[in-house]
Amino acid sequence: MPDTLEWQNNTFLKEVERRSGTPVSACFQCHKCSTGCPIGPDMDLLSSQVMRMIHLGEELQVLESQDIWLCASCEACTTRCPMQIDIAVVMDSLRMMAVERKVELPNARGEQFNRSFLQSVSRNGRVFELGMMVAYKLRSRDFFTDAEKTGQMLAKGKLSLLPKKSGSARAVADVFRRAEEEEKKR
Amino acid sequence: MKYAFFPGCSLESTGWDFDRSTRAVCRALGIDLVDIPDWVCCGSTPAHTTNASLSVALPVMNLQKAKEMGLPVLTACASCYARLRTANHTVLNDPEERGRAERVTGKPYDGRVEVRHLLDVLVNDLGVDAVREKVRRPLKGMKVACYYGCLLTRPPDIVAFDNAEHPSCMDRLLTAIGAEPVEWPYKTECCGASLSITRSEIVNRLSHRLLSMARQAGADCLAVACPLCESNLDLRQADAVKAHGAIPETPVLYVTQFLGLALGLSSGDVGLEALTVSAESLLAGIGRDQ
Ligand code: SF4
Ligand code: SF4
Ligand code: SF4
Repeated sequence: MPDTLEWQNNTFLKEVERRSGTPVSACFQCHKCSTGCPIGPDMDLLSSQVMRMIHLGEELQVLESQDIWLCASCEACTTRCPMQIDIAVVMDSLRMMAVERKVELPNARGEQFNRSFLQSVSRNGRVFELGMMVAYKLRSRDFFTDAEKTGQMLAKGKLSLLPKKSGSARAVADVFRRAEEEEKKR
Repeated sequence: MKYAFFPGCSLESTGWDFDRSTRAVCRALGIDLVDIPDWVCCGSTPAHTTNASLSVALPVMNLQKAKEMGLPVLTACASCYARLRTANHTVLNDPEERGRAERVTGKPYDGRVEVRHLLDVLVNDLGVDAVREKVRRPLKGMKVACYYGCLLTRPPDIVAFDNAEHPSCMDRLLTAIGAEPVEWPYKTECCGASLSITRSEIVNRLSHRLLSMARQAGADCLAVACPLCESNLDLRQADAVKAHGAIPETPVLYVTQFLGLALGLSSGDVGLEALTVSAESLLAGIGRDQ
């Protein structure tokens, strides 16, 4: 049957399954994952539709969708999938693949936030929230959202002006370097 | 009862009141917390959505330190808890990933340092009866919606110490200290977590849904166990109301703040001044600080 052959030639499906370590091909489209997804109303492609697109080998359409960046990693889908597919981890793998392949990111804020956060951790061993927010604002050029919150948070002692560095910050910087090398080998 | 305490970044900044109240409640209940020296960030969502090796290695660095201390780990932040447990699960079940984590951290690790959430220890080790015995100011008549959010109970094969769809540990604790937890359907619905920074309009919608459902169910306030839930429901409450319609001001407290008040601690001892929506209306009902 040609259908079976198509299926076997689907390198995108195979790669997603290998990287996420979860059987995406077992999805039988019950849509239970999408029904419970809190972000569903904001998504163009629901999580079950993302699974189907992967079956169909629609690599670009999936990797360029904003939906993989909207997922909040709440694990509701993973918890409820009758086929034990770890959908939240699939979303993680898709984000990493999108960045690696340098596809056009539709709304890059999620990625800009991740980079700002991790840069802060690699420098201090911990998140320095104020520094991280400034870095994120510069990257996203989204200067107005929540500008007034910063003042409120400073007043409540929720943001400190200086980083609280971990004594292991150096070791963390090494861990970042080695983790990046490991990822290249995947 | 002695634990290696992992505070996590949020408890050092936006959630300092969670840190203060956790330590105060543990002291009052005879739980000994020793900070993991030079702990480092668990990597949180940015690590697991960016670099799989990093998302295991960062928690493992902390677990290796705890191993040297010879103590099980206790954490209060639901997100840190999920990351530490997930790292253990990965190292235990996937030899390839274990090898990676050991290469990246430069040290061996077998995945066997026990990681507990504060609520798990309170309910399952200490027990609600022991908590009840220490109550000095019962939270009489306080109607609370216990909000567990996403990561305290999910995914159940990794973090589970309570039912994934219908958890009850916070409800049992609050009942023991005299409060009246309400039944409501959104105990484990997600608040949008860190989308608050990148897509705040989504978090406004989700927070509004949670707050209005809690109110409809008869609650006057919410109990949470995660710094992200707290800020999405408390700090952002005014935005949610502005975008989606009026709800009476609803205080959102950490479960440890409720516990501390009931154990006779003052509002300063549990850091109530950090809240955006004041808890004054609740204090009026149970008597002032002693
Ligand atoms: S819940 Fe599982 S099987 Fe059902 S549509 Fe989602 S991924 Fe597919
Ligand atoms: S983990 Fe992501 S896709 Fe799954 S239910 Fe939560 S937000 Fe939706
Ligand atoms: S999950 Fe949050 S609070 Fe915990 S260490 Fe990581 S960034 Fe810090």
